[in-house]
Amino acid sequence: MSLWPTEPMVQASLVAIILVSIGIIFTLTYFKKWGWLWREWITTVDHKKIGIMYLICALLMLFRGGVDALLMRIQLAFPDLQFLDAQHYNEIFTTHGTIMILFMAMPFLFAMFNIVVPLQIGARDVAFPYLNAVSFWLFFFGALLFNISFVLGGAPDAGWVNYPPLSELTFSPGPGIDYYLLSLQISGIGSIATGINFLVTILKMRAPGMSMMRMPMFSWSVLASCIVIIFAFPALTAALALLSLDRIVGTHFFTMLHGGNPMMYMNLFWIWGHPEVYIVILPAYGVFSEVVSTFSKKRLFGYKSMVASLLLISVASYLVWVHHFFTMGSSAGVNSFFAVASMAIAIPTGVKVFNWLFTMFRGRIRLSLPMLWMLAFIPTFALGGATGVMLAVAPADYQFHNSYFLIAHFHQVLIGGVVYGMLAGLYYWWPKMFGFQLVEKLGKWAFWLFNIGFYVCFMPQYALGLMGMTRRMYEYPSGMGWNGLNQVSTVGAFIMGIGFLLIVAQILYSIRHGKRDTTGDPWNGRTLEWSLPSPVPHYNFVRIPEVKGRDAWWMMKQEKGDEATSTPSSSIQPIHMPNSSGLPFLMSLAFFVAGFGLVFHQFALAAVGGIGIGICLFLRSLEQDEGYMLSPKEIRRIESAQGRL
Amino acid sequence: MNEQGVERDETKMRRSSLGKMLLLAVPFLLTGCRDRFLVLDPAGPVAETEYNMIVLSAVLISIVVIPVIGLLIYIVRKYRDRPGNDAPYQPEWADSKRLEIVWWGIPIVIIAVLSVFTVRDTFALTQPPSDQEPVTIQVTSLDWKWMFQYPESGVATVNYAKIPAGVPVQFVLTSDAPMNSFWVPQLGGQTYTMPGMAMRMWLQADQPGTYYGHGANFTGKEFAKMEFDVIAEKPSEFKEWTKQVKESKPKMTKEDYKQLKEPGVVEEKTFSSYPSDLFKEIVMKNGGIYRKEEHQHILND
Repeated sequence: MSLWPTEPMVQASLVAIILVSIGIIFTLTYFKKWGWLWREWITTVDHKKIGIMYLICALLMLFRGGVDALLMRIQLAFPDLQFLDAQHYNEIFTTHGTIMILFMAMPFLFAMFNIVVPLQIGARDVAFPYLNAVSFWLFFFGALLFNISFVLGGAPDAGWVNYPPLSELTFSPGPGIDYYLLSLQISGIGSIATGINFLVTILKMRAPGMSMMRMPMFSWSVLASCIVIIFAFPALTAALALLSLDRIVGTHFFTMLHGGNPMMYMNLFWIWGHPEVYIVILPAYGVFSEVVSTFSKKRLFGYKSMVASLLLISVASYLVWVHHFFTMGSSAGVNSFFAVASMAIAIPTGVKVFNWLFTMFRGRIRLSLPMLWMLAFIPTFALGGATGVMLAVAPADYQFHNSYFLIAHFHQVLIGGVVYGMLAGLYYWWPKMFGFQLVEKLGKWAFWLFNIGFYVCFMPQYALGLMGMTRRMYEYPSGMGWNGLNQVSTVGAFIMGIGFLLIVAQILYSIRHGKRDTTGDPWNGRTLEWSLPSPVPHYNFVRIPEVKGRDAWWMMKQEKGDEATSTPSSSIQPIHMPNSSGLPFLMSLAFFVAGFGLVFHQFALAAVGGIGIGICLFLRSLEQDEGYMLSPKEIRRIESAQGRL
Repeated sequence: MNEQGVERDETKMRRSSLGKMLLLAVPFLLTGCRDRFLVLDPAGPVAETEYNMIVLSAVLISIVVIPVIGLLIYIVRKYRDRPGNDAPYQPEWADSKRLEIVWWGIPIVIIAVLSVFTVRDTFALTQPPSDQEPVTIQVTSLDWKWMFQYPESGVATVNYAKIPAGVPVQFVLTSDAPMNSFWVPQLGGQTYTMPGMAMRMWLQADQPGTYYGHGANFTGKEFAKMEFDVIAEKPSEFKEWTKQVKESKPKMTKEDYKQLKEPGVVEEKTFSSYPSDLFKEIVMKNGGIYRKEEHQHILND
């Protein structure tokens, strides 16, 4: 099979990829940056740097997924348009969905987990820094494997849910589905490891005095999310593995013949898939809780209720998966149970919304960028949640299922919830990550365009669903009355696209012109990360703080005033730090090689990758890695450079 | 539809100034002709039941959503951090048992009410919508077309189905291709067509008319072309149509079916007969053989 593509759009993408790669290689060589890249980034086990790498990947993937979305919206702007053919359209909606959930939302979350959690709980790193690097590189190479599919052999085209029998060899013989299965499998290992890593970090590494009920709400939300990751992702791993076996070695788990049962895949997929949406939304709730409290200059309202609702949601998220296929003909009893369970999730979610509102009530609200995104989230999510309850009503779902009403609903909760949450978090913690603030004005333009664009794009889609338009149609007839609303929706998508570009422009502009954050606490924050200088030194805390209550940093400021940040020079002790390692990168690269081999059923290549993985595991097992001690002299140098001594 | 009624509703809703929630409804209302909104224009008892649940759920959730949006606007206007803002400021006030009980309690009550109706109708929809003698139609989704068989008269059609109006129709669904979903919005919600399975779904059209139908679950390349019409006629006309088909249309041979199964898009077709036990064979060969007992009662009806 020739790998060189014949389609002009694919050829153009391939040429672009090759040119960009040459450009990157040339730049790195010209400026002699290879060593820097290897030492500072590729081999790093520093949670903050790993977080930044996740963030960069998430923004790149947001761009790719967004371009996919715009291509679809162009195709749907007019009836019977010939812009994309059926095959292309099917590939693009598949990659759009998969990328946005697994390669955009997940790394965006993990960026926030990594950057914030250790700082918030007063820790010097995560529990397993080396494993953290393994997680990132597995994600990275999984994403890379998924993204090259478009230019090498063909992208997956069976929808992001990838249901058999459509995704079995009979109906999808090409490499696309194998790309999907293997790239998700590889990045999924990383996700499970991240879940374990942060669960342990939060349970075991909190600063003295920080009892669970004094923990910042974002860390609580990460804890809830990690619990869901640990229990949900193995179901996806199993589903993908069994389907891979069907396709690669000819087993019959999900085929129609020889006793296979495709319905089992659907169940396994959604046993992961529904908890997955809570995996991505819970940390967004956490971000909003931090932001609303800081920018209302008030304690978070109903802390205990907030914790209880997070945990209730994470447990209930396992009891609702069948609502993704009420139409599969389960008995009325089964559908009733899952309908009621799904609606019940609205109760703790509603409680959270009221608690956020009453955090603002009798507070003092500053409309900075993180808060703007928080405020826009509330009506968007309230409406998205409302249509969610409507969808949970099984008899109504028979009408909404797979229609544009559903599409509008889940974009409203995923964009309005997760994307707004991650953007709020990005703006909020940006100064902490990079040491400068993002300029407000461009950000406000971006905010308004993105929000208006959102409503213009998705409100018409609710209407289209009620008019009978189903998802995944690459074209539609003109006589249905769908034309106008589809055009409006396309315009909205482009407005959102401009909003995204303005965010990028804002970041680039601010690198030169953004205000330096010399205080470490630009928002008058309440939690421990704001007690540190920005950007944070690699050991985080010179001295692990003593926590005396919720909003620990706020209390320290109240108690000590300006003295709160200073460290007595004499009290500095040596700090134990983990060593960098190139093995996580190399092992993940071996995973990539093995995955690529399996995609094309080149078992020799797959074996080479497999041996590589084995060697890396073996080397790591034999390694004596005690870490190293950072001397007080070195610490003093770094601290005084930050003006902290 | 009653145009005036719609307009009156519209002005009434505007006047009640329920804020953003209703602004969002404007695109729905401006389109004018309500019959384009197939889901909101039920033409039979099944779609009617589902429509009522849609309306009930929308009303119940707006009890929470509208106050939330109202409160948000009020709070943000009142408590801005501006010099001279004399609204109360209580930075340490973060707890209120009474308020917490209110906003745990109200959603619980709303969800409980909605649950009762949901469960009632979920069970109701598994039963025939009326007592009249039903008609059975066997539906097979293919790549990328629909085949309808009438076991009572032995005729078959492709990409359209005729049904008698005012009579419950029992659709028995399967697939000889990837899983699809059978959806005729004005008559009622959908059920998946699955290879190796025979699923039952009840629909009924109250009045003669042509109702739009489409596959609702993606099945590959030309999925977008899986449109079909369901045409309801007076029972007498339906009988007449069956008779005419029997007399004038070609038979479907095994060879014809083999061609039909080939991936592709075809026009509407009509056949006076089909190979005996074709539907059962389709179900069995796709894996139904392993689930014989579950399906026996549907297949033998």
